Amino acid sequence: MKQLLILSGKGGTGKTTIASAFIKLANARAYADCDVDAPNLHLVNAWSAEPEKADYYGLKKAVIDSDLCIECDQCRQNCRFDAISLTDKYEVNAYACEGCGVCEYVCPVGAVAMAPSVDGELMLHFDGKKVFSTAQLKMGSGTSGLLVTEVKKRMRSVEVEAELAIIDGSPGIGCPVIASLRGVDMVLIVAEPSISGINDMGRIVDTAAKFGIKIAVCINKYDSNIELTEKIERWCADHRLPFVGRIPFDPDAVRAVNAGKTIVDVDCISGNAVRDIYQKTIDLLFEEGAG
Amino acid sequence: MKIAIPVDVKDFESNVCESFGRAPYFLIYDTETKEGTTIDNTAAESTGGAGIKAAQIILDQGIEALLTPRLGTNAADVLKSAKVAIYKTMPGSVKENIDAFVAEKLPLLDEIHGGFHGGGDRKHDNSCSER
Amino acid sequence: MEAEIENMIIAVLSGKGGTGKTLVSVNLASAAGASTYIDCDVEEPNGHLFFKPENVQEETVSVLIPVLDDERCDGCRKCVDFCRFNALAFIRNKPIVFEEICHSCGGCMLVCPTNALSEKEKVIGKVQVGQSDQVKVYTGILNIGEASGVPIIKRLLSENSLDERKLTVIDCPPGSSCIVMESIKDADYCVLVAEPTLFGVHNLNMVYELVSLFNKPFGVILNKCLQDENPAEMFCIEKNIPILGRIPYDTMLGTLNSNAKIAVREEDQYREMFSSLLKTVRKEVLRETVIDP
Repeated sequence: MKQLLILSGKGGTGKTTIASAFIKLANARAYADCDVDAPNLHLVNAWSAEPEKADYYGLKKAVIDSDLCIECDQCRQNCRFDAISLTDKYEVNAYACEGCGVCEYVCPVGAVAMAPSVDGELMLHFDGKKVFSTAQLKMGSGTSGLLVTEVKKRMRSVEVEAELAIIDGSPGIGCPVIASLRGVDMVLIVAEPSISGINDMGRIVDTAAKFGIKIAVCINKYDSNIELTEKIERWCADHRLPFVGRIPFDPDAVRAVNAGKTIVDVDCISGNAVRDIYQKTIDLLFEEGAG
Repeated sequence: MKIAIPVDVKDFESNVCESFGRAPYFLIYDTETKEGTTIDNTAAESTGGAGIKAAQIILDQGIEALLTPRLGTNAADVLKSAKVAIYKTMPGSVKENIDAFVAEKLPLLDEIHGGFHGGGDRKHDNSCSER
Repeated sequence: MEAEIENMIIAVLSGKGGTGKTLVSVNLASAAGASTYIDCDVEEPNGHLFFKPENVQEETVSVLIPVLDDERCDGCRKCVDFCRFNALAFIRNKPIVFEEICHSCGGCMLVCPTNALSEKEKVIGKVQVGQSDQVKVYTGILNIGEASGVPIIKRLLSENSLDERKLTVIDCPPGSSCIVMESIKDADYCVLVAEPTLFGVHNLNMVYELVSLFNKPFGVILNKCLQDENPAEMFCIEKNIPILGRIPYDTMLGTLNSNAKIAVREEDQYREMFSSLLKTVRKEVLRETVIDP
């Protein structure tokens, strides 16, 4: 099964809109939403049944047992993250706690324990033929690379007959993006023709290149800035990166999505552009030799 | 000598695991006694620094070489400081790779990738950004 | 009354990147005349691309990282075993610190029985201050590879940047993670920017929960609005959230933005739009503080 990852660098470029269209066009039987901070894919790929849910545990967080606490203040003084406060009792602010364990170490009476902390929720949809894996990171949680890895693992943990898996990746350039990239065969970068968008695109290409993964680039809402669109296309040509197409801004796309549909479920200009991009991307993905 | 290989399942016939830091298990193989044991990779559950922890786990087993398809900068730093040789595996089973290693047919791994936070050596071509 | 309103701190948030948070923050600060703009999106600061501040002064931000005194170390390994972030590795009988992974908790120093670990400063980023016409621009930049932007945000929002006599606009990082929470701590009022789409409302819900948790008064600005009815508007009505304004989808605005131009400074119509938005925000803040001072 080949894995195609869709990444954007910056948020809001239309990555999920495109990913959902690809899933529809491919009639994909395996797909995942790795944008665990703000998952959106499920909104246009509705499943009727409830998913199988599992808790995602991040780093353990400190908890103070007020029955044992002697209020010596050692924990608060040694906490470098201002996570311990004294109101009517000593308490740890779970959002600020980084799970370092120093308070547990310095407490003279063992009143502080490091307890498992649910940092998110994993959801797996499976109906025997198709699998969709997604997750939601809880508010305030710091790390999400591990959760992204879990989402992908769960997608692969189920037996489906699928040639192609489509993964809606994380925005940004950090830890969750690296986790999204690991093990995929190809990445399609959705670029935005803006100065900040170009900047992010460069960083993603850099990172993806190190993984030895096939890379292709497309531009969404290209007509918001033709000059920058052309600049991106030239950059791709200079760096020998396949440029697979441009998608115009399309109010019909918004309407389709608001109705819970993909842009290829309706007849619209963005949908037509995406069909073309899809074909080119798939051809590259299944082409032998290139890499 | 003892060598380590990341594996997906506890089986000689299994393929080498795609990832090092988050591989579920490591196979520790002794080229002299020709015996292997698999150990759990507890680093796989780490939220961060998984490469470092995984490298520590195999180091503590007394290995002298690692066979892996890829490696991040942090794990590479740990292993290089400990003078552990790092070889690049080829697609195939663990057994095929061990045989290749023993026959001195495996190449050294030189492409080290940036880690979790994009750290490491990045010669980025900034021509496209105007910052 | 006017003087009271002047010193308010407004944090601008969105559930996801790309909704127009920077567009709104940059233009609100510009429409206000004398003001302070603080870019807390330290992993990907963009505000300075628009403001192009002058007379920029820079200060580095550091955290404390453990340093090993070889002579004192007896190889007991307690520090390596203590570190929950895996920032220490034990190689050839000595611990080695992985600075980018270290969270600066100070734990390893505490557990060392021979006092072999002390601390040194390590630069993780910087804060730049400059001027762009009447706007004082603070930019926080986290160096690539560093673990947490929280120390930078703490420096950005420290005493000297919060000028009592001027409006302060805080451009927050996207999402609802710990760095966002740090950014809104001192805000008097939160402006939530959302796109009027199905995705937009889902993302709006996340920051809505965040500001509710922190008990901050807030309102919503809908960006990239088309003529149609939209789910975000309905969400706000349901939850009784004031809609401060609607910025229509506008190709000219989009192009200006993608070229890093400040709309308020380029075209009168935008100057009027954002001035009016600012007036609405001020009225809301006043209303909120009267109700719940």
